[in-house]
Order: sequence, then C-alpha cells, then structure tokens
Amino acid sequence: MDIFLQQIINGLTLGSVYAVVALGYTMVYGIIQLINFAHGEVVMIGAMVAFSVITALAGTALPPVLIVFAGILAAVPVCMLVGYAMERIAYRPLRGAPRLAPLITAIGISIILQHLALLVWSRNPLAFPQIIPLASFEVGGAIITGVQIAIILTSVLMMGGLTLMVYRTKLGIAMRATSQNPQVAGLMGIDIDRIIAFTFIVGAALGAVAGVMVGTYYGIAHYSMGSLLGMKAFSAAVLGGIGNLAGAMLGGILLGIVEALAAGYIGDLTNNVFGSNYQDVFAFLVLIAVLVFRPSGLLGERVGDRA
Amino acid sequence: MKPGAAKQGTRGGTRGVSIFAQAHAKWVGLALIAVALIGLPFALASVGTAWVRIANLAILFVFLSLGLNIVVGFAGLLDLGYIAFYAVGAYAYALLASPHFNLHLPFWVILPMGALVACLFGVLLGAPTLKLRGDYLAIVTLGFGEIVRIFLNNLSQPVNITNGPQGISRIDPFRFGSFSFSQTETLLGLVFSGPIKYYYLLLLLLLLVIVVNLRLQHSRIGRAWEAVREDEIAARAMGIDTTSIKLLAFAMGASFGGVAGGMFAAIQGFISPESFVLVESVMVLSMVVLGGMGNVWGVVLGAVLLSFVPELLRYTVEPLQKSLFGRSVIEPEVIRMLLFGLALVLMMLYRPAGLLPSVVRKRELAKPEEM
Repeated sequence: MDIFLQQIINGLTLGSVYAVVALGYTMVYGIIQLINFAHGEVVMIGAMVAFSVITALAGTALPPVLIVFAGILAAVPVCMLVGYAMERIAYRPLRGAPRLAPLITAIGISIILQHLALLVWSRNPLAFPQIIPLASFEVGGAIITGVQIAIILTSVLMMGGLTLMVYRTKLGIAMRATSQNPQVAGLMGIDIDRIIAFTFIVGAALGAVAGVMVGTYYGIAHYSMGSLLGMKAFSAAVLGGIGNLAGAMLGGILLGIVEALAAGYIGDLTNNVFGSNYQDVFAFLVLIAVLVFRPSGLLGERVGDRA
Repeated sequence: MKPGAAKQGTRGGTRGVSIFAQAHAKWVGLALIAVALIGLPFALASVGTAWVRIANLAILFVFLSLGLNIVVGFAGLLDLGYIAFYAVGAYAYALLASPHFNLHLPFWVILPMGALVACLFGVLLGAPTLKLRGDYLAIVTLGFGEIVRIFLNNLSQPVNITNGPQGISRIDPFRFGSFSFSQTETLLGLVFSGPIKYYYLLLLLLLLVIVVNLRLQHSRIGRAWEAVREDEIAARAMGIDTTSIKLLAFAMGASFGGVAGGMFAAIQGFISPESFVLVESVMVLSMVVLGGMGNVWGVVLGAVLLSFVPELLRYTVEPLQKSLFGRSVIEPEVIRMLLFGLALVLMMLYRPAGLLPSVVRKRELAKPEEM
C-alpha cells in the first residue's frame, strides 16, 4: 500500500510538471495547428537560467524560497523572449507553407537552442545547489517532500490562472476566436499575429516555470533534458486531446501517474525481466496506444486526419 | 539536373545537332565523374586513411539520405526516428556475424535479412500511425527512435542480447570465401587497404541504389507517393489506397536504412547504442532537406556536403581557434550541430525546395496564392 501511495505522490508531482509543459504544446497547437517541437528546449533554457541565478545567489543570506523565486523571475522573461523570437523567425514566415516546412524549422530551432545552451552552460550535467531544506511529511505510510508540495501547488495555481485568462479575459476570447477561425477573427478586429505571438509567449512562460520545477525536483539540469521532457509532455497533450486545455492538464497528470506506477511495479510484474530503466518507454507506449484507439484523445473533440 | 531536362523536352522543335552535342557533353561529364570517383580513394589515401573512412561514411550517409528521401521526399511523411532502422540493421548484422553469439553468417545472407527486419519494424511503426495526420507521425517516429535506443541500451539483462551500452565489438567484415574486405592487398602495384576495398563496394551498391531510386520515382508507385504528398484527399479520390501506399514508402525507406546499418556494422567492426541517437536522425534529415527533398541528385549532394563540410571544419576551425585564442573555444561537434540546425531553418525559410530542387517539389513548396 505504501509503495502504491508513494508512487501516486511521485507521479502526481511529475504529472503536474508534464501538465504545465503540455499546456504550452496544446495552446500553440490549438491556435495554429503546429507541433512546436522546440518547446522542450524552452523548458530546458528555463531550467538553465534558473540554475545560473540560483547558484549565484546560493551563497547569500537570502531565504531559499526567495532564491528559487528569483530563479523563476529570471527564467520567465528569458524564455518568453526565446518563445517570441522562435515564433517570429521560424514559424511566422511559414504560416502559409505546407505543414512539413514549420515542422522542419522547429527541429532546426530545437537543435540550435540545445547547442547554444551547451556553449553557454557546458556539456556536463549541472547540479542545483541543495538550498531548500529537505522537509518531508508522512502521509499514510508514504513520504511527500516540501518540494513536491510546492511543485503541485505551483502547477495548480498556474493552470488555474491560465484557465481564468483564457475563459475570462478579452485576450482569452481573442485567443479562442483565433483558434476557431483566424480569418474571421481577423475580420472582427483581432490582430492575429499578436495573438499568436502572445500564445507562444504564455506557453514559454509556463515552460520556464516547469523547467525550474524539474530542475529543483531532480536537482539537475542538462542541455539535452528538453527533448525527452518535451516528447513526454507532447504525449500527455495528445492523451488529453491536443488543442484542449483541460485535456493537457488531465493528460499530464495521468501520464505522470502511469509512468510512476509502471516504474514502481514493472519489476514485480515481469519477474525483473524489465526494470525501472524502461520508465521512459511508457510515455511513448501511451502515445501510440492513444493514437491507435482514440486519436482525438480523452477530451478532444476533433478527429484529425488531414495531412 | 531536372530543370534542364524539362527544358529540353519543351524545346522539342529545335531538336538536332545542338542536342546531340549536349548529349555528347553529358557522357564526357559522366565519364569524368566516374574517373574522379574511381581515383578518389587513392587521392584520399595519400592524405591519410582516415579520409577514406570519412568517404565511406559519407557514402553510407548518402544511402541513409536516399532511404529517408523515399519517406520524407517522395511520400511527404516526416520521419524523425529514421536512425532506428539503421540501428536495427546494424544490430541484426552484429548479432549474426560476431563472436557475441558465436554466429558467423556470410554478409549476403545477413544484409537482406537486416533489410527485412528493418522493413518489419517500419511496418510495425507505420501501421498504427499512418492513418493519422502527418505531424503525429513525426512525434511518434521520434518516440520510436528513442524506444529502440532504450531497448538497445538495456537488453543486456536478464538475457544478454545487445550487450547494453558497451555495444558489440569484433564484428565480422564482409567476406567472400577467403577474400576479406578488411585485409590489405596489393594489385598491379596499387595498395588496396580495407577501407579502399569497402569504398568500391559501397560505390557499386550506391550506384544500384541511385538507379533504383530514380526508377522508383517515376514508377506508378512513385507517382502515387507524389500524389499523396501533394494532396492526400485528392489522391484518395483518385483511387489510391493512401494508407498502404504510405506504408510502402515507410517499409522501403526502413529497409534501405537496414541495409546501410548492416554495412556500417561491418565496416566499423564495432557498434554501440551511442551511434544511433536522435541527433543522427536529425543529421540525415538535414541532408535530405539541404539537398532538396524528393530529388535524388539533390539528396546525394546534400549528404555529401554535410558529411564532408563538418570534417573540413574539424581540420580548419580547430587550428584557427587554437591560433586565435590559444585553445578550442567551440568544439567542432557543436559547430557541426549548429550548422545542421541553421541549415534546416534557413533552407525552409529561403529555399524550401533545397539546393537542387525537384521540379514538382519547387512548385508545391512555393507559397500558395491567397484564396
């Protein structure tokens, strides 16, 4: 029982990170039907920037929570800028082009960002300074750490904030209008270019915070951490129904829990033929299973089959 | 290549002496290229055997790019896990011709088998995903590439199949009876080292592959791929079974990758999962995109360029940096990757049809008129 609960807690933590990253994919997809392959790299850059700030401030007398907060404050604008630049340089000029074109620029941008990060932060994994006291609480035989609580809370807050923004503000209405029909939205006086750029920026900001969360959770940042995380988050977005905000949140959390449970039990279930080193495989198995059996995802409304 | 040919066709009326002279010049040109290609390994060997190996790897990359071109260029399906098929082919060869399982099957048995296994993997991956829209395929193939790598890395227990991250070493070279491709031989006063012998074998196979590709492109299948790529719905309306035609592209591309993988294993004599990372898939994709998706000669050019330029950089930028800053500021590997990334972005923005565009592709990738 306690292993089960423990894995649920771990899965919930990881899942909320996936959910926040998945939101970035799903928002961009919802509005211009593009898979932003480079979103994972935005998350990575967020983690890297936060690493630099946190390491620089770790020696000072500031309280740890404030230091992490400063890391987030630095990472968010940098990532927003990266997100905006990406949209302007690689996606906007190709908006009318065949689908393959922006996909390929996205790969290119992702490679460029990764290797620029390698140049700036070196090839080695960077260890986050252990500044947050490892406070932990016992819940029914399982242990939940302060960091885990903070991650889950932050994610919930951000998801709530995003939902409010999309459904309650004028900007949100404009975003939804653009995603339904860009031409008509343009006729209604919405500056589509601005709305699309804004979508990228919001997605990147969420990604930045996710990056800081992953970095502090695992205690490590690496220039290539973005691609795997990005792929998993994308799988989460597809699981929930891509283009659907609630779907991305649900998909992220489900995927986190599936992954954690699978990693926890695969050894017992297969008599140790497969171990937890296969953890990374499950996200893709989930992705393929969803695509085969329910391509629109759990909450998705559209079945896409146009090439 | 293509635009010239098209012009010749439309100029039908002026057919005569000039065309004849042109055809003549074409043969002379071809003969010159052939002589250059035959002489190349000896020229390279005089600089260093390392360069012959680089040339061999370049030919392997041309192989891979041509295989990926079937999927991306002909059929318009973005495959980001292509290197997985290369890996499957390489491991199939390594397992069946090395001391690892003490199996030493001859290469003409294993290479087709590797192609078949890779093809099977291609169908396995393609079948569930090809009914969906193109960009899902991209991400699923990306994931597939990762899965294959994870399995290669971890299938060393409980039964040691892949030997994990250490990889498999002492793989058999190609062998015909007592004639081995890894030994050095002297013939007519010329020294044929192992890499040079492989070079000629690869060149021969490459020629075959190029001919197959050119024939394929204009065959019934090739035209069906083109139709699917340009407008899937219209293609379906014309009676093309789009799913199976896409699956065919996928399977064919995969088997090309499998064969290339087998040759890679034999030439290197050692393989490990590290050779089959995502970056390699991106590299092959860059080659296809740079040269010109859908144009066989363009893809060949792209692959050769992107194979040699980074090596040249390694030999020029490194010393340059050392003399300027006293140390290596940017590793050549990083420059190489930045170049690949830039190539992908810039090509798509400014010359989406590639260096040597295929005629159809050029028309298709031009921005559609406002409707």
